[in-house]
This record gives sequence, C-alpha cells and structure tokens, in this order.
Amino acid sequence: MNILVCVSPVPDTTTKITFVDNNTKFNTEGVQFIINPYDELALTRALELTEKHGGEVTVITVGTAGTEPVIRKALAIGAAKAIRVNCDPVDSLHTAQAIHSAISNESFDLIFTGRESIDYNSGQVAGLLAELLGMGLLNIVTSIEVEGSDVIATRDIDGGKEKVSHPLPCVASAQKDLCEPRIPNMRGIMQARTKQLNVVEYADAYNDTEYLSYDLPPAKGAVKLIDPANAGELIDLLRSEKKLI
Amino acid sequence: MNFEQTENQKMIADMVADFAARHIKPKMMEWDESQHFPVEVFKELGKQGLMGVLVPHEYGGSGFGYLEYMTAIVELSKVCGSIGLSMAAHNSLCTGHILQFGNEAQKQKYLPKLATGEFIGAWGLTETGTGSDAGGMNTTAVKDGDYWVINGSKNFITHAISGDVAVVIVRTGEKGDSHGMTAFIVERETPGFSGGKKENKLGMRASETACLFFDNCRIHQDQMLGKEGEGFIQAMKVLDGGRISIASLALGIAKGAYEAALAYSKEREQFGKPISEFQAIAFKLADMATKIECAELLTSQAAVMKNEGKPMTKESAMAKYYASEIAVQIGNDAVQVFGGYGYTKDYPAEKFYRDAKLCTIGEGTSEIQKLVISRQILKG
Repeated sequence: MNILVCVSPVPDTTTKITFVDNNTKFNTEGVQFIINPYDELALTRALELTEKHGGEVTVITVGTAGTEPVIRKALAIGAAKAIRVNCDPVDSLHTAQAIHSAISNESFDLIFTGRESIDYNSGQVAGLLAELLGMGLLNIVTSIEVEGSDVIATRDIDGGKEKVSHPLPCVASAQKDLCEPRIPNMRGIMQARTKQLNVVEYADAYNDTEYLSYDLPPAKGAVKLIDPANAGELIDLLRSEKKLI
Repeated sequence: MNFEQTENQKMIADMVADFAARHIKPKMMEWDESQHFPVEVFKELGKQGLMGVLVPHEYGGSGFGYLEYMTAIVELSKVCGSIGLSMAAHNSLCTGHILQFGNEAQKQKYLPKLATGEFIGAWGLTETGTGSDAGGMNTTAVKDGDYWVINGSKNFITHAISGDVAVVIVRTGEKGDSHGMTAFIVERETPGFSGGKKENKLGMRASETACLFFDNCRIHQDQMLGKEGEGFIQAMKVLDGGRISIASLALGIAKGAYEAALAYSKEREQFGKPISEFQAIAFKLADMATKIECAELLTSQAAVMKNEGKPMTKESAMAKYYASEIAVQIGNDAVQVFGGYGYTKDYPAEKFYRDAKLCTIGEGTSEIQKLVISRQILKG
C-alpha cells in the first residue's frame, strides 16, 4: 500500500514568538523549524504499516524552499520520496487545495496527516482534503491498522473509545499515543540527500484570508499561595475573585 | 569560511539529542551511582549507526567524516560524558585501529560487527607502569610457530570486561625501541585472556574501565595488525585521530555544563532578581561561552584537516589540550553558578565537573599534549 503523509514545518516548541510588519506577520528570523509532532506520529505509523503490508511512504509539504531541511528530516526518518508544493500557504484551505492539486495524478491508499499543526492549531487540513478528494475521514485516531481493504482505527470519544472501520482509500489524522515517533539513524540521514524530492508549482491566486494583526496571549498571572491553615480563604477567593463557585 | 553546521550535522545533532533524551537521560544518574555499564544502550547506539560513524558503508558503517563524528560525540557528551567516552573509545580506538591498519580479511571479519554494535571494542596500550611512556611496556608477545604467546597485563582499559574484541599493542622487540611493538586483535573468548576488576572512578562511572590480563594467551599470526614492529607507530596515528574524539567529548561536557548553568542562572533569584543579572555571574557565563567557542573552532579545524588528509598532529593535540582544560574549568564554574545545589546530585553540574576531569588525563595527558605541540612548533 502507498501512503501519503502530509508534513507541516512548525516552529520549534521553545521558540520565542514575535511579529513584524505592524504585527501582521510571524517573525521567522532565527526560528528553528521542526516536523509538526503530530505529523511525525503519522509518518512513523505510516512507515510501520508499509513495513508490514509493503508499499512506500511519500511525504508532501506545502512551502517555500526554506522548508526543505524539514522535508529531508522526514526522508531521513524513512519516507521513500517527497513532494514540495512550492507556495507559501495562507490558511488551511489553501494548504489543502495545494496538496490536492499536487497529487491529482497520483493514487494513494491512505492519506495521513497530524490532527493539527502546533503553530496555528486549526486542525482543518485533513477534513478539507478529504472533501476535495471525495474520500472519507478518520479524524484524530489513536490507533490504525489495515485489514484487507479496510482500515480499523480507534478514536477517543467522551468517556471512552470508539473503534471504526472504513474502506481504503481514505484520509486519517494522527492523535498522540498512536506510536512512539521514530528517530532517524545515521544511514537514513546520509540517504536523505539522494532521495527524490519533487518540486511542483501551485500558482492559483488565493486571497480568501487576510491577516489583520497578531496578538500574544496575556502573560500568565502570578501564582497566589494560600497557607493550608487558611483553606477558607481559598473558597472565598474562588467565589469572590474568580467567580468559579 | 563557513562556520555554520551543515544540514547533516544539524540533523545528527537533533537525532543524538532525541536519542539521549529517550535512552540515556532517564537512567544516567542511576548508572553513575552504581557504576553500571549499560551494554544495551550501545546496542541501540549501534542501530542508530553511531558505533561505526567513520566506517565506510561496505563494512556496515555510516560512512561519515570527522565533522559529523565530532557532532555526534558532542551531543552525546552534552547529556552524559560516560556514554560519550565509551562511544568515542569504541569508534576511534578499537574500530579506528582495525579500519586504518587491518588487512581486508580483518576488516571484513570485525568492522561490520563493531560498526553495528554487535561487538563492543576495547583498545589496550597503557600498563600499570607505563602511561605516558607507552614505549616502556612490559607485556610481551613471543613467536611460537604460527602463533604469538602474549603474557602481561594492560591497565585502565575502556571495555576491558564487556568488550567482545580488543586491539592490544604489546612488545615484540627490545624495550624502548619504537619499532619493538606490535598490534594484535584479541577476541574475548581466547584462552588466557581475561578482564580484571573494574576501577572505582571519580567520574565517567558508567563507562567501564578495568585491566586486561594475558596468561600464555595464544594469538594466531592472522590476528596481527600490519607488520611486526609497527604497533607503536600505528598506536600514535590512532591517537592522532582519537584526540579529535576526546576534544569533542570535552567540548560536549563543557557545553552541557554551560547550558545547565545558563538556564539555572535565569531562573534562580536572589536579592529580588535572577542571578544572571549580577555581573559576577554574567561575566562567568561570558567566559564560559567564549572558551567553548574557542574549543569548538580548534576541534573543527582538526576535524577538517583530518578529513582532508593533512597532517594534524599539532592541531589535534591543541584541540584536545584546550578543550579538556576548559571543560574542567567550565564544570567548576557551573557548580559555582548552581551554588549549594550544584554540590548535590539533584542537579547536573557536579556530574559534568567529575566527568570533565578524565579529559585532561585520558588518551594523552595535558602535559603530553603540550609535549606534542612543543615538539611540532620547535622542529621547524
């Protein structure tokens, strides 16, 4: 089976977030980009599935040339080849359309994404892509197996889990606990440079979304410590100040 | 000149950091405390391709050069010096000696196993009576038909007990004659060959150090590396490359200690502000950072020259000498930045301090490095 894994480059989790151009653009200066951790899970599980059932894993990224180190990391982890859609995506729909256009002449048994990227956290690409492709979506799965021509997946629901099956091909998105993300080895790192990385153009003008301004979330307030002997004070504060009770 | 790490180096650094966070960090203090040599970690390092970094693909290795090798050791040692030391000794000494001086049959037989971590390698030069004066060794090999009979012992040998194979340099000629020594490959199960009691050390406690004993140990002629009488010269060349690995080890420990001190200095508050805002601490951090940059440049220089096949005896000795001295200073400074907490095992500074000290001693003391450097600069 052939699996496509959608990989989004995201800022390293320790990045200090700042903005430029009157707070209308994220400042990428000096930012280290990594593979979106949920996409890393999808990639690892996709590799495990192809190792068991045969076939190969292709990764796809929508982004400019600066995203190639992240793509090569995915190749080092074990993907057979990569596609970069050369465009700077504006939002989730733009990304989904770009992926859809790039794979219009290819066929995959499974298209795997992370549940969301950890930068904008929209969690929409999997669903939008499924709609564009006319496929079903297994969203936010914590396990995924292939049995014959079906995928069997587990999803967390309120108070329990549900087990679902769906015929291939389909789109799925990875949730944490899916697997232990794979670390590349030295051989993989060396091979990454010689693996196929196809660059495809995607030129459709897209102006559905305009970024007006970014704001940082308010700084966390100081922690108020209450002496255990005065537990009553805690109740008073929760009632009067936080209005939680 | 480009001082930036290559994309491969960055990827290797990330990979080793991820590996260390998963397989080393959670248990390293336990290993340190009990002096446990975690063989299983080296099997995992083998799967990652880190046990044969410099070994070409055709012998099962990763086929990288010295810069990538340096990056791997630095990142490993930033977390745990013991694992960094054992990995470096395995790669540079035992594996490196067979790679550089083994014949085709020896390379085919041993390198794939060493490069994948199936075998852990040891290397024996030092004896109880001869450290810096390696040429005065007392362990001898006497020819008996197709065999050589080895008697004596080697001291302070990394992986003397757990090593599956060792390269040992023993005397086959006159004492003090630099052409009177020969290198042999000895497998663990060879009768008359055994590892002795483990040393109880100040630092590098998860890296196994013990002696090797030879009691009428018969080694076939085919196990000889190169020709009779070449052992000492080979050993000196192996140590030339080995210095890059110890410089990297020291650099990694220094970076680990500095990064821990830097982070702590921003969190720890005294007199109402983070201690990093006091000049006494800020200047200490500035010194630490500058020394690290110097050590990194010296080590990179030696690595690049080694990659280019240029003579680098002086440069590798300078890198090893400088990086190991500053690692001890930075370990000391890090403990000081952490204050009382730095003296406890709940914080990482004390381990960096203890581990760093090995670097000024192992694979040629700082004094021997100065001897090497001074001979090189005075000979012209």
